[in-house]
Amino acid sequence: MNIITAKDLCLWYDTLQALKNIDVEIPEKTITALIGPSGCGKSTFLKTLNRMNDLIPGVKITGSVCYQGKEIYAPGVDVSELRRQIGMVFQKPNPFPMSVYDNVAYGPRTHGITSRVKLNEIVERSLRNAVIWDEVKDRLRKNALGLSGGQQQRLCIARALAVEPQVLLMDEPTSALDPISTSKIEELVTSLKEKYTIVIVTHNMQQAVRISDQTAFFLLGELIEYGNTEQMFSKPKEKRTEGYITGRFG
Amino acid sequence: MQHNPLPARRKAYIGTMRMLMWISVAIAGALVLFLVGYVLVKGIPNITWELLSTKPSYLDGTIGILPNILNTVYIILATLVVVLPLGVGAAIYLTEYAGNQKIVGMIEYAAETLSGIPSIIYGLVGMLFFCQFMNMQTSLLAGSLTLVIMNLPTIMRTTQESLKTVPQSYREGAFGLGAGKWRVIRTVVLPGCVDGIVTGCILAIGRILGESAALLFTAGFAHALNGLFDGLTSAGATLTVALYVYAKEQGEFDVAFAIAAILMVLTVLVNLCAALVGKYFKRKNSV
Repeated sequence: MNIITAKDLCLWYDTLQALKNIDVEIPEKTITALIGPSGCGKSTFLKTLNRMNDLIPGVKITGSVCYQGKEIYAPGVDVSELRRQIGMVFQKPNPFPMSVYDNVAYGPRTHGITSRVKLNEIVERSLRNAVIWDEVKDRLRKNALGLSGGQQQRLCIARALAVEPQVLLMDEPTSALDPISTSKIEELVTSLKEKYTIVIVTHNMQQAVRISDQTAFFLLGELIEYGNTEQMFSKPKEKRTEGYITGRFG
Repeated sequence: MQHNPLPARRKAYIGTMRMLMWISVAIAGALVLFLVGYVLVKGIPNITWELLSTKPSYLDGTIGILPNILNTVYIILATLVVVLPLGVGAAIYLTEYAGNQKIVGMIEYAAETLSGIPSIIYGLVGMLFFCQFMNMQTSLLAGSLTLVIMNLPTIMRTTQESLKTVPQSYREGAFGLGAGKWRVIRTVVLPGCVDGIVTGCILAIGRILGESAALLFTAGFAHALNGLFDGLTSAGATLTVALYVYAKEQGEFDVAFAIAAILMVLTVLVNLCAALVGKYFKRKNSV
């Protein structure tokens, strides 16, 4: 069952075409890695999936992106609800300058949950799911900016999980972190696969191999190859894919 | 490399320059010390409880500045109540909503120009527009509305600058959770720039406290003791205007110096507040 389908997707920043006729189908409850050199369009593609590109002036999009069979760029789509269901974790940890608790409760409160009991329950569950509960349970009222970078990123994942999304988009979530924090996040992402569909942009080939089920390779705005990760890394169909994953360019 | 001793001419040059700088600093420092000292020495002995707690009355033979203190407070309150929502609102619109950057640039330029105009011109326009055209007469209300126009650019620009310092990543994070534009602004952006708004406010208070030219035209010279709402519709002198009146028209220099000393202390307090607020928020945001 595919949860997200992009068809013939093109995107322009003013006159610069950043995505060229992308066709991708993303199966439910899997991890999809997006790889490619800087500026190839992988982050741009990721952001089209929950319409975060709407925030950038001058963006034009053609083609279609369907989420659970419904076109997300159709007029009248509730973008707020779309972003609740398709959550996002950013490259640099970006907790809000408020308490750990308020960070996690931000999403649920946005969507109308006010009951203290319910919020407490959501906060604890989200923090446990993001494997950071034990580290922050005694400092829920402290400012989140006091946490370490790795903790902040897991807090951001907890914050995204708190609104019970179906899909989690991750934009190089470990690129700003040390190896130990990175491995913690990778473990976490792998365990999240049971409940969520994950699309992750990464610059780290090993990371793609370690955690993803399928991989999409982007180059200069085009999708060069998309398929099973193991197959792609052992027997790439395209010369350019082979060149990139063996480190001949990038 | 070998160290050559500096040639004598160069030594003399450096010495002279250093001395000149010392003299400049000494003059600047001495002037400030003299001014502050002179005002305080002449003023403080004249500050009595009677002065602070009564109004001028020919019957009782008292001269008191309580009405002027209250007028100052009223005018600060009335001005802030109007200028804060206007200035902060305009700043939010310009920074977060406005699409046409050309027009935004023009408005910012206009605001900057506006804040450089001599205040007596505001007074003249305020008198013609508020007192006469809007028929408010000479009143504290007309005075504070004039001060609103004067302080609007300050509040707007300081708020705008501090809105710009809120990291884009906070906004992205909140949008990514499905928050709408206004919710993002209210819960993430505005709390991040409270310091800027408060600083703007304190600067405005300082400016209102020190303003006299614009108020001479619009708020008048009366010394009646009024409550807040009566006060706003009637004419009244603030401390600075009263200072002018006592010194220039009544020759009561003791009172004038007492007021001067009070204003001086208040100005220092306001500046201190601004510094403390800045420090407080800096520490709070860098936990």
